[in-house]
Amino acid sequence: MGWFKRLKDGIQTATRHKKDTPEGLWYKCERCKETSTVKELKDNFFKCPKCNYHVRIGSHDYFDLLFDGNYEELFQDLRAKDILGFEDMKPYTERLQSAYDKTGLTDAITVAKGKVNRKSLVISAMDFKFIGGSMGSVVGERISLAVDHCIATQAPLLIISKSGGARMMESAFSLMQMAKTAAKLSQLAKAKLPYFSLMTDPTTGGVTASFAMLGDINFAEPEALIGFAGPRVIRETIKQDLPEGFQRSEFLLEHGFLDFIVDRKELKETISYLLLCYDLQ
Amino acid sequence: MVFLEFEKPLETLYEQLEKLQQVGEEGDIDVADMVRTLENKIRTKRKEIYSNLTGWQKVQLSRHPERPYTFYYIRQMCSKFVELHGDRCFKDDKAIVGGLGRLDGQTVVIIGQQKGVNTKMRQYRNFGMANPEGYRKALRLMKLAERFDFPVVTLIDTPGAFPGIEAEERGQAEAIARNLFEMAQLRVPIVSVVIGEGASGGAIGIGLGDRVFMLENTWYSVISPESCSSILWRSWDYKEQAAEALKLTADHMMDFGLIDGIIKEPLGGAHAAPEEMAKLLKRHLKKTIGELQELTPEARIEARIAKYAQMGEYERVSPEATVENDNS
Repeated sequence: MGWFKRLKDGIQTATRHKKDTPEGLWYKCERCKETSTVKELKDNFFKCPKCNYHVRIGSHDYFDLLFDGNYEELFQDLRAKDILGFEDMKPYTERLQSAYDKTGLTDAITVAKGKVNRKSLVISAMDFKFIGGSMGSVVGERISLAVDHCIATQAPLLIISKSGGARMMESAFSLMQMAKTAAKLSQLAKAKLPYFSLMTDPTTGGVTASFAMLGDINFAEPEALIGFAGPRVIRETIKQDLPEGFQRSEFLLEHGFLDFIVDRKELKETISYLLLCYDLQ
Repeated sequence: MVFLEFEKPLETLYEQLEKLQQVGEEGDIDVADMVRTLENKIRTKRKEIYSNLTGWQKVQLSRHPERPYTFYYIRQMCSKFVELHGDRCFKDDKAIVGGLGRLDGQTVVIIGQQKGVNTKMRQYRNFGMANPEGYRKALRLMKLAERFDFPVVTLIDTPGAFPGIEAEERGQAEAIARNLFEMAQLRVPIVSVVIGEGASGGAIGIGLGDRVFMLENTWYSVISPESCSSILWRSWDYKEQAAEALKLTADHMMDFGLIDGIIKEPLGGAHAAPEEMAKLLKRHLKKTIGELQELTPEARIEARIAKYAQMGEYERVSPEATVENDNS
């Protein structure tokens, strides 16, 4: 028997359950440059306590934020495959390995089922830290399986997008995941199950142009970058500066592509209300 | 004639041929034999060049300035065609065109990206890069086809959907996503053919079909080789390597099971014998539409979705295995 027993979670937590959030004691805000403690940040739903900047967080942070306690991860047995033998400055297999090592995740999306205020929900949440949250075959297949699972269990689906777009290292396979996810979501719609799409910073490229924009309800966190082409590409194409606030959540709301913007603090309550409206149980 | 870089040996031979013919016309030397030899040489050389094309060379061919575009095929294939304009929301996009065509006694809706044939028209057509209204026009025409049971043909030829401020304001991503969603459930047959460039979301935005074909010298990829080079190599100079790495040719796509067939091009590419190319394309379309019409709409939709659902390559590990780098 040891003399000391760790009572707090977090120290013994497996790497895969570690959070995609600032480590250490202090957090310096990327936007307002003010400093607060990491504890203050966490207590404030990972938003800067000074300026409300929504810090980028990972799939497991969202699961903790939204589910009532326990949840079950699904389809964790799928792994990316280097079918093209892709190599740019680094082989794809190496990129994958370093992403596994760095994040403890198994790909850029994790699917979990659990309860939100006692109502069942399947959440597929993306991780930007895993190769830019890029969509390859595993992301597509997990979403496809999540749809099947929702239909089989009559559960609604929430996808939390956070991605630079399709994964180049799987070339056309990645491209086809756009068609695949959209086609599967059309089955969910036909089964009359709701699909909620939450877009977070950033959501661009093939992810926006497929499942992210197809929600029955499309909503976003404040000031998230959401678009098809990245700002740099647009600037290079049209050779002029982009207007302020361009491609931010507020811009999309104004142009009619979002139903609403939600502060992370109200996220659980909002989703819980949507589930109540759809009244599936 | 426009010769691409890798066709330079042909250009030299053609120059020789021209000179020889001039000599023949001017004087009374009989050059017929020599002309024949040279023509044979050209044919052999062409075969040699075209049987060993690299990915990048195919990309160049797909962009050949003399390559036939959507309207050319429509004119050649249809006895009659009426173009239908506008998305009924905002405006008429010039980079995606469509309308009602007669394909040997059958009405079809044909939609495709259209590039311009000269500098002025290339600008007018926005280089085949559509704005959201182009995708929405395409969807409007598909819905029209659905109501009257007309098969849909889409011809893909784009360097990508247009990346601009207005395109973002009007929801480029939403327009493409919506097309994918609606095409998955469309009750009429959809046949898609990549006739030139198949770049990214801009291509697949009209490309979800029961059957997808590629002409022999075209490419289909998640990103153009140039952009891929700029992002992954952080320089524009690696486009050839990127073209190889992306495995974007029709042969690769067929090997991967991501397309349903390759339509052979005449020797020297579609532009070398465009009429013949159009005939081949038409034969393919008619045959495929016929096959698809045998199925009920429900069976077609189910098979279509099943086809896309199985696209993707991944491995399975034992369920207990996690990515462990624990130090606990």
